[in-house]
Amino acid sequence: MSKGFAENRTDVTMSELVAEPRPKPAVPMKPLGISSNLLGYIGIDTIIEQMRKKTMKTGFDFNIMVVGQSGLGKSTLINTLFKSQVSRKSASWNREEKIPKTVEIKAIGHVIEEGGVKMKLTVIDTPGFGDQINNENCWEPIEKYINEQYEKFLKEEVNIARKKRIPDTRVHCCLYFISPTGHSLRPLDLEFMKHLSKVVNIVPIIAKADTMTLEEKMEFKQRVRKELEVNGIEFYPQKEFDEDLEDKTENDKIRQESMPFAVVGSDKEYQVNGKRVLGRKTPWGIIEVENLTHCEFALLRDFVIRTHLQDLKEVTHNIHYETYRARRLNDNGGLPRHLLHQISPPSRAWKNKARRR
Amino acid sequence: MDKEYVGFAALPSQLHRKSVKKGFDFTLMVAGESGLGKSTLINSLFLTDLYKDRLIPDASARLSQTLTIERRGVEIEEEGIKVKLTLVDTPGFGDAVDNGDCWMPVVRFIEEQFEQYLRDESGLNRKNIQDSRVHCCLYFISPFGRGLRPLDVAFLRAVHEKVNIVPVIGKADALTPKETQILKQKIREQLEEQEINIYQFPDCDSDEDEDFKKQDAEMKESIPFAVIGSSTVVRDGATRPVRGRLYPWGAAEVENPYHCDFLNLRRMLVQTHLQDLKEVTHDLLYEGYRARCLQSLARPGARERASRSKLSRQSATEIPLPMLPLADTEKLIREKDEELRRMQEMLEKMQAQMQQSQGEQSDVL
Repeated sequence: MSKGFAENRTDVTMSELVAEPRPKPAVPMKPLGISSNLLGYIGIDTIIEQMRKKTMKTGFDFNIMVVGQSGLGKSTLINTLFKSQVSRKSASWNREEKIPKTVEIKAIGHVIEEGGVKMKLTVIDTPGFGDQINNENCWEPIEKYINEQYEKFLKEEVNIARKKRIPDTRVHCCLYFISPTGHSLRPLDLEFMKHLSKVVNIVPIIAKADTMTLEEKMEFKQRVRKELEVNGIEFYPQKEFDEDLEDKTENDKIRQESMPFAVVGSDKEYQVNGKRVLGRKTPWGIIEVENLTHCEFALLRDFVIRTHLQDLKEVTHNIHYETYRARRLNDNGGLPRHLLHQISPPSRAWKNKARRR
Repeated sequence: MDKEYVGFAALPSQLHRKSVKKGFDFTLMVAGESGLGKSTLINSLFLTDLYKDRLIPDASARLSQTLTIERRGVEIEEEGIKVKLTLVDTPGFGDAVDNGDCWMPVVRFIEEQFEQYLRDESGLNRKNIQDSRVHCCLYFISPFGRGLRPLDVAFLRAVHEKVNIVPVIGKADALTPKETQILKQKIREQLEEQEINIYQFPDCDSDEDEDFKKQDAEMKESIPFAVIGSSTVVRDGATRPVRGRLYPWGAAEVENPYHCDFLNLRRMLVQTHLQDLKEVTHDLLYEGYRARCLQSLARPGARERASRSKLSRQSATEIPLPMLPLADTEKLIREKDEELRRMQEMLEKMQAQMQQSQGEQSDVL
């Protein structure tokens, strides 16, 4: 019974406040190593079932941000990922889609449920990014938003009378949409990822990948990977956070072969070989979203939702949030005594330091 | 009664023969963000590989790149008719993070060509005027956007009174037919809203046949053209090689009218409206430029009139025209080159004729 749960990691979640290392993927049936002299079955392994029950009751938060030029299919992809109408476009009545003059941050929350597990999903959209003639510093509102969420969490954490479960609005995953030019990354892509890969988990994806043939896709992906490496940009899953050999080999394969995922999104269904599939219908064929020979949407979905969802949250909490927290507290000259439970706003010097990074 | 035949109905074919001998000059500019399939489309349109040795810079190189203007020339001959095609490319357009005024080099380039022509026209030796004016600008719009982006609008407004604009949606295989329709509609609305004058196809004469009229109407309906370009062949079995892009779910064919508007674009650009584009450039756009230019110099109106009367006596450089960065010697060299080429051709023809007649003489003897 417990082995089954261990394999399906999305069911195994931990409460928000506990900063523990990730559970090892496989729970051994037989006790190993030092404590090998158990005389009979104690029942320790039922902890997993208990955690699962707790999670099902409390549910969990997941905040995903989408960044990219308008028209790259961000909203459609999110809807496809979570198989429901959760994007900003679906929420607003006005489908007119005017390009805003500055980057706006729009967060829409939904509660979706599957198998008794409730997820409070927040999709943060960033309309206006990269759409102007002059896109200098258009990532700043985004960086500001992300830091604000860390700040909110920090304030709650530092409180004397803390809430039992701090609402987690921190951005766990940022999907960055790369335009499928087939040439290379654009300067704006580089700038964004340089500034933000140290602040949030960035998962780069190639949008609207149905414009590229297989060879073009391979070449483009290789070029993008190389460019990211040359520029020192660490996208998620970051090499430095691989915990053990198993993680490393799994993540290495993803990092060096599959990423960035070349995806196609769609909310329309068509009949192919007697099955109803999500896809796009063109005069020369139907592109099936979940067909691995057509695009890598299924890989992205499995990656973000089925295997690395918890890891995304953990890296956000243990690494990115801690980095923010350390900087903030350093800025204030050490841990504030519980006398001042209102933290002063981040000083300008720290902000400039962060920006120059 | 048919002896009363004067014979000037043969004029069109005389003109035809003369222009065939002279050949055609055509300058085509392609503009738009990088990665929209411009080079591939040009290669497909003219069945050449003009971009063989191109190196695509990566993002960090492009961070500091400014827009450059590149000119490539190619001579295409088909059925005895020679076209000297000059392609003007604008690499770096829209690539930077800050693209403010990135269209200025393009505007300046177009105006420089007008300036050059104006000087040539007002000069003494008008025999070999090189027409380097841009006759048509294919502007590539991204299929991924929701219509024209702010940068597109800014560029088009800067150049629409100076060059014939033909808007084109690149990489149209990213769109389903319905999406294509919606995008075209949106672009047409935006062009109207922003009062951008794109190249207007002339209405066909009422005496053209129904088929032609229908074709013409279809072509007008499909602007902006949604095109796919490719230099790879996808289906070898057919009588002619079919160019297209091969995907796991099917093959998008470049010359299939149900797949994209490539045929319409090619027909328009090369087969039916080549001459009209040149005429509109000369009669409308160039004249507009010339009028503006001379008017701005004629503020003291007497000066202009006086200088025009002195034309026959003074050399070209004394006409009050804005100074060109182009040196006079360069221009002379180009003219001489042109003359040399023509003389060489004539020489070759004469030699061939002489050889032929010598052969005949020896036969007779």
